[in-house]
Amino acid sequence: MFDYQFFIEVLVGGLLSGVMYSLVAIGFVLIYKTSGVLNFAQGAMLLFAALTFVSLVERGVPFAAALLLTLVVMVLLGIAIERTVLRPLVNQPPITLFMATLGLSYVIEGAAQLLWGTQVHGLDLGINDTPFTVAGVFISQFDLFAAAIAGAMVALFALFFRYTRTGLAFRAVADDQFAALAVGLRLPRVWAAVWTASGIVALVAGLLWGARLGVQFSLSLVVLKALPVLVLGGFDSVAGAIVGGLLIGAIEKIAEVYVGPFFGGGIEAWAAYVVALGFLLVRPSGLFGQKLIERV
Amino acid sequence: MSALVEQAQLVKTSWLTPSRAGIALLFVAAYGIVPFTASGYLLDAILTPFLALALAAVGLNVLTGYAGQVSLGSAAFMAVGAYAAYNFNLRIPELPLLFSLVLAGVVAAAVGLVFGLPSLRLRGFYLAVSTLAAQFFVQWALTKFAWFSNDNPSGVIDAPPLSIAGALLTGAPGRYVFCLTIVVVATFLTVRLLGSQSGRNFIAVRDHEVAAKVIGVPVLRTKLLAFGVSSFLVGIAGVLWAFAYLRTVEPDGFNLDRSFQILFIIIIGGLASIRGSFLGAAFIVVFPLLLSRVGEALLGNVFDSGVLEMSQRIVIGGLIIVFLIAEPKGLVALVDRLEEQVSRHAGRLKRRFI
Amino acid sequence: MSMVATAGADALVVTRGQTRAGEAVPPASGAPLAAGSLRATDAAAPLLTLQDISLSFGGVTALQAIDLQVTTGEIRAVIGPNGAGKSSLLNVVSGLYRPDSGVVLLGDKGFRHVPTSRLAALGVARTFQNLALFKGLSVLDNVMMGLVHHRRAGFLRQIVVSPRARREEADSRAAAEAMIEFLHLEPAKDRIAGGLPYGVQKRVELARALVARPKLLLLDEPFAGVTLTEKHELAQHVRNARDTYGTTIVLIEHDIGVVMGLSDRVAVLDHGRKIADGTPDQVRADQAVIDAYLGVAHEGETELVA
Repeated sequence: MFDYQFFIEVLVGGLLSGVMYSLVAIGFVLIYKTSGVLNFAQGAMLLFAALTFVSLVERGVPFAAALLLTLVVMVLLGIAIERTVLRPLVNQPPITLFMATLGLSYVIEGAAQLLWGTQVHGLDLGINDTPFTVAGVFISQFDLFAAAIAGAMVALFALFFRYTRTGLAFRAVADDQFAALAVGLRLPRVWAAVWTASGIVALVAGLLWGARLGVQFSLSLVVLKALPVLVLGGFDSVAGAIVGGLLIGAIEKIAEVYVGPFFGGGIEAWAAYVVALGFLLVRPSGLFGQKLIERV
Repeated sequence: MSALVEQAQLVKTSWLTPSRAGIALLFVAAYGIVPFTASGYLLDAILTPFLALALAAVGLNVLTGYAGQVSLGSAAFMAVGAYAAYNFNLRIPELPLLFSLVLAGVVAAAVGLVFGLPSLRLRGFYLAVSTLAAQFFVQWALTKFAWFSNDNPSGVIDAPPLSIAGALLTGAPGRYVFCLTIVVVATFLTVRLLGSQSGRNFIAVRDHEVAAKVIGVPVLRTKLLAFGVSSFLVGIAGVLWAFAYLRTVEPDGFNLDRSFQILFIIIIGGLASIRGSFLGAAFIVVFPLLLSRVGEALLGNVFDSGVLEMSQRIVIGGLIIVFLIAEPKGLVALVDRLEEQVSRHAGRLKRRFI
Repeated sequence: MSMVATAGADALVVTRGQTRAGEAVPPASGAPLAAGSLRATDAAAPLLTLQDISLSFGGVTALQAIDLQVTTGEIRAVIGPNGAGKSSLLNVVSGLYRPDSGVVLLGDKGFRHVPTSRLAALGVARTFQNLALFKGLSVLDNVMMGLVHHRRAGFLRQIVVSPRARREEADSRAAAEAMIEFLHLEPAKDRIAGGLPYGVQKRVELARALVARPKLLLLDEPFAGVTLTEKHELAQHVRNARDTYGTTIVLIEHDIGVVMGLSDRVAVLDHGRKIADGTPDQVRADQAVIDAYLGVAHEGETELVA
């Protein structure tokens, strides 16, 4: 007999952790949309943010001040990256930029740990993690909170893109860099802004993930969870990142619970990739990615 | 990709270095001097891993540098090679080691073809991400299924004794010569391939896939060939890594960091350059040792292994960025320029004195 | 990629009939024929026929019911303002786009979607508007690539350099060197293509396309972005190619000046429709053309007179 209640529990758990994937993926999408870079260093930024915050708190800085300080650090980091790495590489092929961010991720990871040490830090955001039940289904309170935060971030970004000047500039640049340049948008400023934004996303994601997994090196590997999400949703779609994240989260959990036992478990590591790949072979530009007509 | 390598020297792929004499000299030294004079440490800890990594880099360069398909899963194919060779050797004891080695390459090539299939539809990032699937899947399978490691619970395998054509190769010099011979032969064959029509096809697909298709390059076959040949070489490099260098390996030794390491070798050494693969590998092997010496000398006890590892990460990552910005053609371009200057100076000296 | 035997069939019969009649003179020289179907022996036979080709991208019409015939041995221009659908037309012929309707006849073979990967074997070569050289290869290697569809030796044979692989390589090299000489590219022969001046790269691309002695050569804006001197040189090369190798040439262009002097017949596209078709003189005098396309040229009419 199929246990529906259990299935729903697994599904809800998957969807909630999927929101966390979406959150990481959005950081990628922001940068990809505006500068065509797949920023592999997103994971490292996340680690850096979480580690900085935790270390500040552990050194007695009050929560709010630590948050603010970390925010400032992330903004500075974003601007520094734009200045030193991306600007010299402007107009290079996307894959070169990708490799540069790969190098960047090494630098940031190394720096974060050299600065703050390699030990594991616990991070308590003060959220009760006792699960509660809805119609017999266990739901983690923390997951729900994380989902709410992620949802709020997404909504904020959506509003920002739609109603602010900078947001409009983002979109213009995303649509057509040359045209944006022609109408007088200052690209470097937009890029600096976008890196700042992705730094903020990294901070939020870093805190949520850090609270869940502990703040440690493996936090930067969250990036590897976000990649299949991006592949599924399309690198340039915020909506895709959200839907993709939910899907991947759900599929991963369901696969692990229902398919995993046949293989001795642990298939979480690659199930998402296989699903994303299989999907790609059918739709090469992802769920919501723009299909480009090749011009020759 | 194309801009990265557009100026790379590809015309004369038939030569490792511009001069025959240089190669001959290198051979004499590598076979005639090094095995007899070098210390065990130099052979075991530097030259053997250098050779294995260089071959892996040659393999990745075929795929990424020449054919333009980025792979983030090289270590997976090293692992496939190592575990395949181990199993051939274990389960068919009468098979000479050299056969096991080649068969392991073939198995790695087959796995490479499977994971190369998405390249027929995917490009750029999407493909790069898909090669990560190979990375995670292979590592998982080798850890999960004890059969691969002859029922070792943690997937650890031990290398058999090394021999070529019946001659047992023991000790550090033996392992080095084993490595060297295989790397030399494999590299030679690769250079031949790259200098042939297939090599031109690789570059054509990399530089302009549509034009390549229009003039009749079998694009799909070319990409698969690149994946196959690349995985074959990387697989063999994996065997060398496991059998000649570490002697005992676990699946975790072929993790994503190893894949990135090989990618870094070809970026630093030079994309689409065989010499670059060797230069890059030498750099990656020697650099950490230098860094730790320098670090110890400057900072003393503060410079422990943790700090070393982190500063390594920072410097390597930083170098990648610097190379991409300042010298996208890699170390090989620097060396070429140096060589040119030296010969120019030599010419001037000659004129002055003769 | 289905072969079509419907609309194309009638045309095929006619074509064959004319060929058998054998009245016409074969193309200019005894140059070896390209492999494949375009063994045209009849100068009057259509080598390329487009029948009722329509194409649209997401509701935007690029081509609308285009009919076009290209006769063996002629230089045929398709002109039109930007966005008229010229490039789309060439991409349909080379199979990069699949038309929504219509048939492309290459010699005696009809296609709803031309198979790009068999294009070279069918005797068709093309160049690209924005240069599509293999930047990392030398000029010689680029030109040798033009013969890739003749290569049969597998990669293992290539590694061990079997007699067959050696022969193929030597043949390709000889043919490529001859073509390099034909287009006066010797000084650049061993240079990496990516670093050459634009005009030279254009010529290298022409060499790569011509080296296989295609029956049909499609040129996508061959004169865009080159200097006036190079323009005339290139035009001369194109004419030489036709005269020496009997290559039929279709070129699309919006620089009308050179085209009018070079082409035997000119078709004019506007907004995806063919609005005129005839000799340069006829087209020049066509009121629809003057209105639709050359209307703007009233101030710059010198261009037309060229």
